[in-house]
Amino acid sequence: MAIRERFSGNEAVALAIKQINPDVMPAFPITPSTEIPQYVANYIANGKMDTEFIPVESEHSSMSATVGASAAGARALTATSSCGMALMWEELYVAASNRLPLALALVNRALSGPININCDHSDSMGARDTGWLQIYAESNQEAYDNMIQAFRISEHKDVMLPIMICQDGFITSHAVMNIELLEDNVVKDFVGEYEPEHYLLDSAQPIAIGPYAVSNYYMETKMGQRTAMKNAKQVILDVAKEFEAISGRHYGFFEEYQLEDAEYAVLIIGSAAGTCKDAIDQLRAQGKKVGLLKLRVFRPFPAEEIAAAVAHVKALAIMDRSDSFSGNGGPLGAEVSQALYNAHSDVKTVNYIYGLGGRDIRVEDFEDIYSRLERIAETGEVTDQFDYIGLRK
Amino acid sequence: MNQTVEIRWHGRGGQGAKTAALLLADVAFKTGMYVQGFPEYGPERMGAPITAYNRISNEEIRVHSNIYTPQYVAVVDETLLESVDVTAGLREDGAIIINTARPKEEILPHLKGYAGKVYTIDARKISMATLGKYFPNSPMLAAVVAVTKVMDKEAFLREMELSYQHKFAKKPEVIQGNMEALKMTFKEVQ
Repeated sequence: MAIRERFSGNEAVALAIKQINPDVMPAFPITPSTEIPQYVANYIANGKMDTEFIPVESEHSSMSATVGASAAGARALTATSSCGMALMWEELYVAASNRLPLALALVNRALSGPININCDHSDSMGARDTGWLQIYAESNQEAYDNMIQAFRISEHKDVMLPIMICQDGFITSHAVMNIELLEDNVVKDFVGEYEPEHYLLDSAQPIAIGPYAVSNYYMETKMGQRTAMKNAKQVILDVAKEFEAISGRHYGFFEEYQLEDAEYAVLIIGSAAGTCKDAIDQLRAQGKKVGLLKLRVFRPFPAEEIAAAVAHVKALAIMDRSDSFSGNGGPLGAEVSQALYNAHSDVKTVNYIYGLGGRDIRVEDFEDIYSRLERIAETGEVTDQFDYIGLRK
Repeated sequence: MNQTVEIRWHGRGGQGAKTAALLLADVAFKTGMYVQGFPEYGPERMGAPITAYNRISNEEIRVHSNIYTPQYVAVVDETLLESVDVTAGLREDGAIIINTARPKEEILPHLKGYAGKVYTIDARKISMATLGKYFPNSPMLAAVVAVTKVMDKEAFLREMELSYQHKFAKKPEVIQGNMEALKMTFKEVQ
């Protein structure tokens, strides 16, 4: 039976890690990392789990040690946030290209500068081309559920890629809310034992991991990564289905809220989706046909599925919590636009940037966004294609 | 959605306004409610003004923004009245609860003409009388529960006692003092 609790997002993910009980967790124990390693260290110190915790001197080292542990054959994960992730940059690529199914519990926070500790998606969006799977959460509940599904996806033999379980800094990581937990043994049975096919410490089958690849071979490894990423789509859906059987909670690439008959829709990632849902309920009560597509899985990118889900709307606002500074919108805007173009869609789109450095987004902001979409649909004219929402005037 | 009670806390870094908000979420959760308790972080330093928030509801809470038109405001440190617009957006059908030893008449001029109810509680006096030290959290928490009526007082006391027994398992001597602080606050808040 489900256990009723109230947890912050950090507590929820730390508990999921306790229930998974991975072999190794290297982590940098102070800022810019999060409370997650601290809670896990407490569990270990109190004998609640037997993970080998390695406190390291930097995030460069935490990811290096996680890579090393995973290559050796261990189930390994680490946790960080913001600039801590930026310091892992080199190793993010090493983990993905060596096809190591390790996990990173990421709390999304802004990058410097100006120095800012609050939520946006610049850290993980910057890492969108590193070859990692990326799954995002609206709430503490989703962060917990995603963490429990992480290793089942990443360790699948058709995937073998590192996975990033992302949640919004402070907004979910530090907010205490209700949550439903699974029993330890249910999680343990669901996650299962990790039995790597090939690993460094397997003396019967010696292998090399991370050697030099000459130009004649390098590109084929990249094709392998691409194939694995494509394979992950089916695995993510299969794991979600199994997870639903133990939890009663349904997950897919994205959640559709009032989207089926919507004329105007918002496409967004993370906690702001919850705020958007309240705006939708208010506008629906006034007879406005508004809806939401909340993207959960950003890597692999479900391009065809998104294009199909929003094909019927008149206007779509693609909302980015980071800016690419390309002068051409944010990362989600670029990828969704490409998906729509390839699907020969004629949906009118705008790409709004919001919530940078923790700038709040309110129900009223979404009401304004929907009225802008209505205007675009009526006039057929798209103005302010790449606007910033909630900017000080 | 309309049944959600929204509360904003004003305090200074290190005084426990964030902890008070989390404790309120905790105890409301235990009485069967849906809760949110979250801080808004500015520069992290002792003594800087901080804000924390609570939403308490009978229904699932989805909104993740800060609170702009709270029903209730709790001011843990009265020196903030001069530097922070504590009544900003505060609904006139709601109330403000201020930790102060001063009479209400001296406080009102700082509230920018707020027309709703104003409650004061001398958390220092209560804390010194019951704990011998200044911890404003327990009295403020009880004052907020008394004024907002988000939960039954008896249920609140019952859950707080369990919570203190857990929290102070190694310092049982402070449990009674904290419980007295809660009960004394119920009598004194006005």
